[in-house]
Amino acid sequence: MKNINNNIIRPVDITDEQVYLKRRHFLQLAGIAGAGLAFSGLPSRAEAELKPLQTSPSKYSTDQTPNSYQDISTYNNYYEFGLDKDDPVRYAKSLITDPWTVKISGECDKPGDYNLEDILKPHPLEERIYRLRCVEAWSMVIPWVGFPLGDLLKRFQPNSNANYVSFKTLNDSTQMPGVRRRVLRWPYHEGLTMAEAMNPLAIIAVGLYGKTLPNQNGAPLRLVVPWKYGFKSIKSIVEISFSKKQPDTSWGRSAPREYGFYANVNPEVDHPRWSQARERVIGTGLFAAKQPTLMFNGYGDEVAHLYSDLNLRKNF
Amino acid sequence: MKKLGLIKVAVFTACLLPFAQLLLAAFGLAGQSLGANPIEELIHQLGLWGLRLLLLTLAITPLRRITGKVWLLKLRRMLGLFSFFYVLLHFLSYAILDQGLNFAAIGEDILERPYITLGITALMMLIPLAVTSTNGWMRRLGRRWKKLHQLVYVIAILGVWHFFWQVKLDTREPLVYAGILIVLLGYRIWLKRKR
Ligand code: HEM
Repeated sequence: MKNINNNIIRPVDITDEQVYLKRRHFLQLAGIAGAGLAFSGLPSRAEAELKPLQTSPSKYSTDQTPNSYQDISTYNNYYEFGLDKDDPVRYAKSLITDPWTVKISGECDKPGDYNLEDILKPHPLEERIYRLRCVEAWSMVIPWVGFPLGDLLKRFQPNSNANYVSFKTLNDSTQMPGVRRRVLRWPYHEGLTMAEAMNPLAIIAVGLYGKTLPNQNGAPLRLVVPWKYGFKSIKSIVEISFSKKQPDTSWGRSAPREYGFYANVNPEVDHPRWSQARERVIGTGLFAAKQPTLMFNGYGDEVAHLYSDLNLRKNF
Repeated sequence: MKKLGLIKVAVFTACLLPFAQLLLAAFGLAGQSLGANPIEELIHQLGLWGLRLLLLTLAITPLRRITGKVWLLKLRRMLGLFSFFYVLLHFLSYAILDQGLNFAAIGEDILERPYITLGITALMMLIPLAVTSTNGWMRRLGRRWKKLHQLVYVIAILGVWHFFWQVKLDTREPLVYAGILIVLLGYRIWLKRKR
């Protein structure tokens, strides 16, 4: 059931993290932080421990204004923590992100178990402000911190059989109450073609708003492919695998007619049950009109060439 | 009969509470909020309350039979009208806030999205019931009034079905409503057979 949030601070009260932090600081000064944390949308203790990250700007960032930290971190689809949008922020505190290991497997020369530090160490971080378009016809603008996925994958030396790369999310019912119900095939798994994965827009994100990721947004590392519907951008990755054949995906297995392998944002191909022509922009309030959805979520210049030979109506 | 008046006032107030809460939340008052996607939240809450009150309306007859309390029947019209009130606001939120009164888009939704087709059919059937809910219409229609108002079962089936078809994955909640509806319908059929 969907509950009404009893947030003391509403999204409209906060435009950026600066204001947000000031407010938090004020509350702490006032000595009511404890009470505030319990009753409001203020950060949990875990969130208060998010670490600042060194970043440089990127030419791939949009100049659109990002959504508030509040919106981005409280309106999430992360079914491992429950099916409602406000479940992840409530239940993802139990996720343990340190230590974290990523298993690399399949068609590559350097398979193995890598700990998070080793995965991240060589990669300078950039801020990538991207549009996110959910398959449910809503959208946000999110200031991710991350680095190109391709740079990471190259390190494992994929071989000539590696046509696809697939990813898995952690699947641990002691940390993730949602996986006790088999609404999807756990672990959550997703995949890309190698060409898609090597595109400079595809990133591994490790942060949000200049700090490490909150758990509900996919800590400690997640995929972001901004020209595809959000469900492709898999969270909390524990395995990356190279394969010759097109891998399965969780949504593709549960409803193949509704969620294809490519899942490129496409206003002309409707979801069987709703239109994809327009989108509800989160953070615009009760009286804003929906916006037209753009082909490839507006990233056509960078990615359209990947699909020049593909019928996107069939390969939705 | 003074007691009935009191009960009616209490039920009336109770039926308005969700509306009052949504109103506060829409304006961010009293610590209430509709969250990051307020239009979706509003549509969902109004739809849920419309359906809950519809099922409650249907539960009155069985409740009266089981408890023997005839005054329960006096609440039925009010509950039915409140259900209509919430469903109408549900539809208006969709048409005005979500679709911005884009009639082409609404028309397309009605024709192409089966769950919207079901919803609008249910609403269209609710309208004549709401209009003919007065004593005057009851008298005028006589025996036909009862026949007409049996439509409420069809409406409830369409409403639950609409709910079932619009969820993405989690069918648990609509199935709970379907279960309640089956019990209520089953009871009616059982009563008919018994006679
Ligand atoms: C008797 C009539 C109706 C009832 C009982 C009803 C009930 C519901 C319920 C219970 C939900 C789901 C709420 C949730 O998921 O928490 C819902 C969703 C919805 N209904 Fe209705 N409804 C009715 C008529 C209509 C009509 C006439 C329309 C529009 C033409 C409509 C449009 C919608 C939409 C757009 C959603 C939300 C879909 C989404 O968020 O993806 N409904 N309705």
